[in-house]
Amino acid sequence: MAATNVEVWQHATVVDVQDVAAGIRRIVLEPALPKTAEPGAHIDLKVRIAGQEDRRSYSIVDSADGGRRLALSVLKAPASRGGSEFMHTLAAGDTLEVTQPLQNFPLRVGAEQYILLAGGIGVTAMINMARVLKAVKADYRMVYAGRSRDAMAYLDRLREEHGDRLQVHVDDEATSLQVGELVAGADMDTELYMCGPIRLMDAVRRAWTERELPVANLRYETFGNSGWYDPEEFVVRIPRLGIEATVGQGRSMLEALEEAGADMMFDCRKGECGLCEVRVLALAGAIDHRDVFYSERQQHAAEKMCCCVSRAVTSGTGAQSDAVPGRGPAVVTIDVS
Amino acid sequence: MTAAVQTASSTTHKVMGHPLNAWYVAGWDHEVTRKPMARRIANRPLALYRTEDGKAVALADACWHRLAPLSMGKTMGKDGIQCPYHGIVYNSAGRCVSMPAQETINPSATVPSFPVVERHRYVWVWLGDPTRADPDLVPDMHQMDSPEWAGDGETIHADCNYQLVLDNLMDLTHEEFVHSSSIGQEELSESDFVVSHEGNTVTVTRWMHNIDAPPFWLKNMRDKFPGFEGKVDRWQIITFQAPSTICIDVGVAKAGTGAPEGDRSQGVNGFVMNTISPETDRSCHYFWAFMRNYRLDSQLITTQLRDGVHGVFGEDEEMLKAQQQAIDANPDYEFYNLNIDAGGMWVRRLIERMLVAEGRMASAVQAGI
Ligand SMILES: Cc1cc2nc3c(=O)[nH]c(=O)nc-3n(C[C@H](O)[C@H](O)[C@H](O)COP(=O)(O)OP(=O)(O)OC[C@H]3O[C@@H](n4cnc5c(N)ncnc54)[C@H](O)[C@@H]3O)c2cc1C
Ligand code: FES
Ligand code: FES
Ligand SMILES: [Fe+2]
Repeated sequence: MAATNVEVWQHATVVDVQDVAAGIRRIVLEPALPKTAEPGAHIDLKVRIAGQEDRRSYSIVDSADGGRRLALSVLKAPASRGGSEFMHTLAAGDTLEVTQPLQNFPLRVGAEQYILLAGGIGVTAMINMARVLKAVKADYRMVYAGRSRDAMAYLDRLREEHGDRLQVHVDDEATSLQVGELVAGADMDTELYMCGPIRLMDAVRRAWTERELPVANLRYETFGNSGWYDPEEFVVRIPRLGIEATVGQGRSMLEALEEAGADMMFDCRKGECGLCEVRVLALAGAIDHRDVFYSERQQHAAEKMCCCVSRAVTSGTGAQSDAVPGRGPAVVTIDVS
Repeated sequence: MTAAVQTASSTTHKVMGHPLNAWYVAGWDHEVTRKPMARRIANRPLALYRTEDGKAVALADACWHRLAPLSMGKTMGKDGIQCPYHGIVYNSAGRCVSMPAQETINPSATVPSFPVVERHRYVWVWLGDPTRADPDLVPDMHQMDSPEWAGDGETIHADCNYQLVLDNLMDLTHEEFVHSSSIGQEELSESDFVVSHEGNTVTVTRWMHNIDAPPFWLKNMRDKFPGFEGKVDRWQIITFQAPSTICIDVGVAKAGTGAPEGDRSQGVNGFVMNTISPETDRSCHYFWAFMRNYRLDSQLITTQLRDGVHGVFGEDEEMLKAQQQAIDANPDYEFYNLNIDAGGMWVRRLIERMLVAEGRMASAVQAGI
């Protein structure tokens, strides 16, 4: 929605920080130019990583008082380049540069039935949606899956707000989400909104397609960094340009190629648009496709990859259990446009 | 900013902003078809069309990809519309359902789809917060499609801020000057009127007792009472429903037969139905109809009344356009208010309250300056 995504940058002051789950911190901001955040909206903000300015996106969990107070919640990412670590250093009184709310994940009011699916930190994008659906008396269900209860933010609050409409699945309590069952509960008029790890979303997409439910009713947002495999260091080569670069664990292939001097095209940098596509000429290992641009068939063919998010891994068979990081690095030989 | 805005005691804005949390008419029911059409409402260009099942749809008239107007595209499948440029197909919810030259769909590819309600022969659209789009908030214009009323209307594309049309309709003393050959008469500006307001409505009531019927009303009386001669009691009861609907209960009855007390059997009664949708800050779509509750079966009378009112409103249209031009040509002059503006001033106050509630008062007014 082009019209609502005009970036207006402004100062914001941190007014409150609070831990809301293991590794997850709630950060409340007071922006200089308040604007109400619609459900599904996020802000972009400037982070400092090793003295360098960079940019990260965070969903708006709560937008109180016409957008005068915006609450974010940030998970300290495991192999972080530093963005989420920076966010965890913020304290009340700090200021930062943020955009007004941006919207790539709009909630449509008026569907017959809704399922909201949150996986882990993806819950941040769903909280405001659930609140609005409750307010308009929609027929909705919120499904919240996580590894362990202490790492799941806002559980109590959601239980209080949504009662029986909330369904919780916790891996280490042996109540893991069964994607097949979840999707079996959807019909032609159900809209499913989800945000979570790519594996979860892939599984839902597959089940959704198998049931021949309308693709347009499956709505999701990617946070742009989770994959099927743990990130490994790997090597990328472009013979035509004489480039060989090592992609470190905490860096993307696109960044590594840019640094090595390749003139790269891109737009979203989160695996949605397909503009960063590269052609795979040879491969020692497997590709961890982390995009949502290619169909499953195309990902399987492994002829191309979105280098902003996807990576090479050491798995002879492509099976996760066959990845042997120690034996690496994987090597991918490509050509670019 | 002009002086009109800075004068705190006066809220007589020359260019009024429009609330967004409201239903506006996007078109007559018969205008919206399987062939997409373009119409701008409240500064938002819309593509309007119907699904195969006949449901009216209002999408933003700009494709997600390169903003090509969807209204130039064609409807597709059950409820879709295809962008005329590179072929992206959207469903009625504004979701992309097919993307050219790729096997998947970019999840962010959507265009806004606005809530729509079809009622009273109109297609209404809600451009504000969709969670507040309650169909019960559609203004009451039941005469439009009630079996007890017959009539028809048209649309005027008025080259003026919508508030000028509301001002025009809330004070009918102008009939004496603008419509002297049809419905005007000097008793209009001489007779007293009563203004009241309640909730989101404002009412202006005017009775003229024992007067000669002007040409328009004499003809109507003779349609019901062939050969009628003599004095009449005439009424105009103007009811505004915020933000931009005005239904006017008008009529005349044989003088002294009890019409003011409620017995209208010796008279003719019409309802002038008006609902105005801002287009830009300086133009609007003015939907009107004239409904009557006598000789319901006469298509001849329906056509004659529609054509008659068409002529009358043509005179308003010209005045409104000239007024807007004079306003723009004189940015340093303010509006002043007369006692006859009481109805219009209440209208402004109710609209301003809606704008304040939306947090848009300052910006909505400034945008127009
Ligand atoms: C619209 C949107 C909303 C978001 N909302 C939230 C939110 O509400 N809360 C929240 O915590 N986060 C959210 N995110 C994610 C957030 O923007 C950051 O990506 C996140 O905080 C991690 O940043 P980082 O710099 O700490 O870690 P990164 O350095 O980005 O690392 C995160 C993980 O991804 C791997 N990785 C890093 N770079 C790449 C790469 N290029 N390719 C593949 N793998 C890589 C790392 O090894 C690590 O495991 C959102 C993202 C988007 C796009
Ligand atoms: S830049 Fe959009 S998919 Fe990589
Ligand atoms: S502008 Fe609509 S598909 Fe390109
Ligand atoms: Fe008039």
